[in-house]
This record gives sequence, structure tokens and C-alpha cells, in this order.
Amino acid sequence: MEAAERLSLEAFAKEIRIATIESIANLGVGHIGGAMSIVDLLALLYGRVLRVDPARPTWEGRDRLVLSKGHAGPALYSALAIKGFFPREWLATLNKGGTRLPSHCDRLKTPGIDMSTGSLGQGISAACGMAKALQIDSSASRVFCIIGDGESDEGQVWESAQFAAHHRLGNLVVFTDSNRLQIDGYTDEVMGLGDLEAKWAAFGWYAQRAPGHDVEAIDAAITKAVVEARGRPSMIVLDTIKGKGCSFCEGDPANHNMNISAEQARAAIAALA
Amino acid sequence: MAETLPEMRSVYAQTLVEIGAQDPRIVVVEADLMKATGTGPFAKAHPGRAINVGVAEATLASVAAGLSVEGKIPFAATFGCFASRRAFDQFFLSANYAGLNVKLVGTDPGVAAAFNGGTHMPFEDLALMRVIPGLRIVEPSDPVSLAAYVHLAAETYGCVYLRLQRKAAPKLYAEGERFEWGRAKLLRDGRLDGKKEHAVVVALGAIMVGEALKAADLLAAEGLGLTVIDALCLKPLDSSLILEAARRSGRLLTAENHQASGGLGSAVAEAVAESGLALRFARIGIKDEFGEVGTQDWLQDRFGLRAANIVAAVKSLN
Repeated sequence: MEAAERLSLEAFAKEIRIATIESIANLGVGHIGGAMSIVDLLALLYGRVLRVDPARPTWEGRDRLVLSKGHAGPALYSALAIKGFFPREWLATLNKGGTRLPSHCDRLKTPGIDMSTGSLGQGISAACGMAKALQIDSSASRVFCIIGDGESDEGQVWESAQFAAHHRLGNLVVFTDSNRLQIDGYTDEVMGLGDLEAKWAAFGWYAQRAPGHDVEAIDAAITKAVVEARGRPSMIVLDTIKGKGCSFCEGDPANHNMNISAEQARAAIAALA
Repeated sequence: MAETLPEMRSVYAQTLVEIGAQDPRIVVVEADLMKATGTGPFAKAHPGRAINVGVAEATLASVAAGLSVEGKIPFAATFGCFASRRAFDQFFLSANYAGLNVKLVGTDPGVAAAFNGGTHMPFEDLALMRVIPGLRIVEPSDPVSLAAYVHLAAETYGCVYLRLQRKAAPKLYAEGERFEWGRAKLLRDGRLDGKKEHAVVVALGAIMVGEALKAADLLAAEGLGLTVIDALCLKPLDSSLILEAARRSGRLLTAENHQASGGLGSAVAEAVAESGLALRFARIGIKDEFGEVGTQDWLQDRFGLRAANIVAAVKSLN
């Protein structure tokens, strides 16, 4: 990746963070932590990796993205709005009655959202079904999916792991946002996950680990997956910080869903700018 | 009967083979029960379009939803107990809430689960499914209606729950009979000798429609006319046909291989209550009990799902 592109993606990530803090602060409460931890990944995906067309959100030849950790929707909405999938003014309606941007992703409401999610574990399963359909059709489109580490407590995640490996879904790339926090505390304390990378590899996936706030490193992992996976589905475990880039809550175990004041938001945005 | 009756599951599978030959979007999704559902012929006819998820009913429903996102028309099947109780959230959210096109098939309804016993005996699948907004729910009563509703399910965009008895069932309809969503069938007119019938029974599924027809014969021998309506669709419910028939005699019964509460009995009771009609009303079904193991015959006796129970209930409505 050239330096100019890296800078441009980092600027995009900053813009997503600011828009996300603004939209959540506008309501006063929201899932800030898990939204901020996937921002750099979203900037890379929408800035470089995904073949998508904001003017044609259901274009058949596009790459798909399933945000299985559906509560991080606000970060994805910011990325989609900045890319022009819908007017930026929509961001101010987040979670308000009648909005097209609900707390958890809804394919019927938001242009650019490929699957409705929110009940954890289901999104990755649906992504498997989408990848299977594209495989049947010999499509060149790929399916990307983002799950949480807390979400990985769900048995359905591991049913999906088996399904994708068995069906050799080489068109599926899944990221685990490993921010090591879940609602009740640190994942190691609430429900230990062990070595996620080794677990996915044991399930027959091409598994890697990458620093999740480094767009160049994530990009390199995706590129490597394309070369090395050889028909296997890919897992990239991203080491992230919950609340990353949000000055008042970065790494705070209480940041899953929290109240945000206008003053906090202003300070956080000033710190980013 | 000279003609050997086909198993209902064979009708299901053969119909999908035929539709699948015309429409490449049709896919079959199974959770290690392909041998039970009998969709092997589909896998043979359309290799690559029969997808096994293993013993994983949650994934069955969500993978089917994902296939639907990409324009496939998935027919996903498992025992009714698992299709409803085990995959409910997945069918609810991934398929229905997401506005997709998943056909979920629950086999071995109620006492048809027989030797698998109480753990596998869905007396509650319809009650659960009925509260999913916009879901179409159908329990075909014979091979002709089954084939017709599989066709309708494939042709109609939106989620469907199809309750499927795997065993053979006698033909009740002529080939070519037309069926629609939300339309019941008047199967036996109980107006004997031009007089209005004594009562009307609305039955759901092959077992209870069969018992209702037997009850009509028994009552006819006593000079009492029983009109039999084959409900077919639990949702949308054909309340206009049911209420129109019930209005004449003022006596209405429901008969279902399911809890008497939450399914057909409740749906009809709601329609009656809201209609303002004053009717005598009774429900044949499971009375707030769990299932248990036994032959289907024994279980029908055990849970009161017999023509004799319908006859007794009709006579109790005075």
C-alpha cells in the first residue's frame, strides 16, 4: 500500500469515527465501544477492498458485507453515508422513531446493508448461506463478515465454522473484532475463548491474526488470504481496542452501550481532529 | 383401496424435483434428516442444490436465509419440534424479520412423531409460528393439496411454514383442484336432506381431517349433519368461510393435532369472538400436556384425537 493511500484510509477512518460519535451523541446513548473498534476495518473495506457501488447498493456483482455484530451498525452507517449510499443527514436520525438507521442492521431499511442482524451468531450463518449461493452461481463476488469475540460465545458461530469449511467457501472472509470485552466484562473473565486463531484453523479455516487498527496490516492479511486460503474460508482475528479513538471511553469495560453527553462528544471529536 | 397411497414425503420430494427442473433458484436445505424428509431424489436430480448443514437447526434456518438473500428459494426441512422450538429465533430474525423468502418445513406433526416420543412431539409449533408477522402457515391434508401448496410456496415471495406429515394420506381432492393462501375447503356439506347441518367442524392436517370425516359419517348415521371444513391454512385463516358455515347451525368445533390453545382453536376462537356471532364452540386438541411415546394410533386415543371425541363434543354443544 502506498503512503498516500494509507493516509487517505486513515483520514476516512477518522471521518467515520467523528460521524459515529456525533450520531450516537445526538441521541445521547448507544453502542459506542464495539462500533469504534471496527472503524479501521470499515475504512479499509469501503475505501479499498470491497467492490461496491453506492449508486447501486443491490448491484449483483458487488461484494457483500454482513455485520454479524449488528449492534455496531452506527459505525457502518457512518461509512456508508460518507461513501454516498444515502444522505449524510440520515445519521442524525440514528435510533429515532421512524429512522432508516436502527441500532441493529436491517437490510430492509438501509441502502448498503446486505443482511439484517442483531441476534448474535446468526449473521455469520447467513453469510455462509450467501457465500454458498454465490458458489453455486460461480459468482466472482465475495462475502465479508464481521463477528465479535463476545459473539463467539454463541454456538451458532461454530456451527457456521463447520459449514463454511465443509462446503469450501473460499469466497468467504470473516473478521473477528477481538476487543477482549463483552457486556459483563473482559472476555477472559466472562467466558474464556482460548486461542481464537488456533480454533478457527482447527475448524479448517485459513486463520490469521492482525493488528485491527492498522489498515495496512489488515489489508496485507486480506491479500495473503486470497493467495493462501486455496478454497478454504478465511478468518482474520483482529486485535482491537473497544472504544478505540473515543477519548472518554477507549478501553473502558463499561463502553458497550453507554450514555454520551454533548460535551464528551465535543472533546472526543476535538481530540481526533 | 386398490391404489397404493404415496407417502406424503415422496409427494413433497417429487414436487420439488419437478419445480426444481423448471426453476434453478429452488434449493433444498437439510439438517441431517434428508433420509427422513425423503429429499434424496432432489439431490440426485439437482446435484449441488441440495445442501446439508449437519445436525445444526439454527444454522439450517440462517443459511437458508442467506441463500434467499442471493435469490435462491430454499426449502429447509427438519422435524417440526426442531424447526419451531430450536430454530425459532433464526427463522424469526434471519428469515422473517429480514423480509426473505424461506420455506421452512416441519415434519412429523404432533402425534405423528410416535416412537420418537414426547421430546420430538410438536404440539406447539403452530402456536409459535402463528405470532410471526406475515408468515404463511399451511398444513396440507392430502397428496393433492400438498403438491399444490409446495407449488404455491415456490411461486409466492415470502416465508412459509409448511407442516408436513411424512406418512401416506388418502386423497381428498381431485388432481387439478385449485388451492389458494388463506382459503379453506368445504370438504363435506352436512346439510342432509336440504336441512341445515347440526354443527360445523374445522380440521387441520391429514390426521384430524380424516377423523372429522369419520365423525361426519358416524353422526350422519344418527341423522345429524356435520359440515367438515379443511382449514389448510392456519395463517391467513379463512375466517369468512368458517364463520359463514358456523352461522347457520350456531355450533362450531375445531380439531387439530396440536395444543388446543395457540393454534387453530385459538385462531378460530378469536375470529368468532370478534365477529359478534353467538356460537356454541368446542376445541379438539391437546389439553395442556406434553407428548409421550407410542404408536400414532395409541397416541390418538391417549390424547383424544379421534372421531369419537369429535362426535362427543358435537353432542355436548346444545
